[in-house]
Amino acid sequence: MALETVTLDHLPASQTVHIAYFRNVRNAAFLHSQLLARNPEFEYGFVDASVIVSRLHLLSAVFRAATTASTNSLITPNVHSEIIVSLSPSNNISEAYRRYGISPSTKDLLVVKISGPDGLSHDDIAKHLSQHVEGDQLPVTDENIAPATDNSKVAKYYKLNGLSWLDAIKDQPKKRKEVETLVVGTLAVRGI
Amino acid sequence: MAAAAVAEAASEPPQQHQFPLPAVLEYPASTPPYLITQGAEGRLYKSTYLQPDIPCALKYRPPKPWRHPILDQRLTKHRILSEAKVLAKCRRDGLRVPAMYAMDEAAGWMMLEWVHGAPVRVRVNERLGDRKEGIDKDEGLKELMRRIGLAVGKMHKIGIVHGDLTTSNMILSPSAESVTDGQLDGTPGSLEGEIVIIDLGLASYSTTDEDRAVDLYVLERAFTSTHPRAESIFDELLKGYKEAYKQSNLALKRLEDVRMRGRKRSMLG
Ligand SMILES: Nc1ncnc2c1ncn2[C@@H]1O[C@H](COP(=O)(O)OP(=O)(O)O)[C@@H](O)[C@H]1O
Ligand SMILES: [Mg+2]
Repeated sequence: MALETVTLDHLPASQTVHIAYFRNVRNAAFLHSQLLARNPEFEYGFVDASVIVSRLHLLSAVFRAATTASTNSLITPNVHSEIIVSLSPSNNISEAYRRYGISPSTKDLLVVKISGPDGLSHDDIAKHLSQHVEGDQLPVTDENIAPATDNSKVAKYYKLNGLSWLDAIKDQPKKRKEVETLVVGTLAVRGI
Repeated sequence: MAAAAVAEAASEPPQQHQFPLPAVLEYPASTPPYLITQGAEGRLYKSTYLQPDIPCALKYRPPKPWRHPILDQRLTKHRILSEAKVLAKCRRDGLRVPAMYAMDEAAGWMMLEWVHGAPVRVRVNERLGDRKEGIDKDEGLKELMRRIGLAVGKMHKIGIVHGDLTTSNMILSPSAESVTDGQLDGTPGSLEGEIVIIDLGLASYSTTDEDRAVDLYVLERAFTSTHPRAESIFDELLKGYKEAYKQSNLALKRLEDVRMRGRKRSMLG
């Protein structure tokens, strides 16, 4: 079972973060419709993996959303929808859902579930996901995320076009690292 | 729930904290926060961002009990937002400054990339040792001065002035290739590495030659009082500055005026 429970530094111990990754998802339209119907059983952060550059990118948004929840300053209905806005450089919520959240055409899907002290267990979540997400489950690693990343979309959404120093980096792993750093920095200063 | 988290974090104190910590630092972390410096405005802790292998600098501006609470909150927020904006801009424009990881301006903290290395002040002093002569023939040191000038020139070129340029607000960070046997901070006396400008809390967007000249003047004064024996090589820094910033002649012209004003002021004072 590839649902991973991650411990993030500087989060209240009561918040447990679970993450999973599915490639070649076949029922994105169904999952999307569950979100639209606000079915509480499907309260997940469903992230379209094509706009994610790395595990750290995803976890940075999770951290921001969880921190925002712990200071009672969410700008969306819950911590899971907050993860989606936390991936965006702007506070435009509907645009964030459209760009970073699941859509009926999503092929590769990152899933985040944050459970509270009396919330669902790892096994409950793992079972629910394997029952309802039709796709090939893989560990959430940079190596597994990279093939799903749409670099031109990332460059457009995070305004990385026209940075000549970035374009000049020929070493691909180094360039990826710089892109990751810029993206994480952009999330950190969202809305200012 | 919060109390439990506090108890957990406090059960293995790595360091007795003299001051109350911001809430974010009370939560469990793989590397508990370690106080590095306590400045007038804020404190700097070393900790980790998300996971054990990502060290971070956590800058915290605690509430100032002597200021009006609403005004204090507003000022703190403003300062953090301003520093964050400048850091993000520098980074996008390819200037080496600490990357931003996270912040909560209302709570008064920001998490930045931890830059390995040592303050330029420390490396310069190690290099100078107790030498009194031949400093102006130290090619390694002169080359370091040019690299500092390059970094400052690049910063001015992208439209940022620092506001507090000193050799303490720059880190000489060893390149990944040069790091052997885990000496991430480099070795004493070594001048190898990249210049990383830090502490942009007083920085602002400016493209006036006056502001640039004042920035250089502050650096010159700080440099000559911190490293008086190396005064003669400050010109090397300006050489690097010119190289990085092609339109620097106006700012440098202005620097002469600023020096003059400075001299008059000290004669009067
Ligand atoms: N990102 C960082 N990485 C490593 N060390 C840092 C970083 N930021 C600050 N420091 C260290 O902490 C000291 C104080 O930080 P600084 O940002 O200059 O705050 P202050 O306003 O108190 O001078 C610096 O001189 C440096 O030694
Ligand atoms: Mg400083």
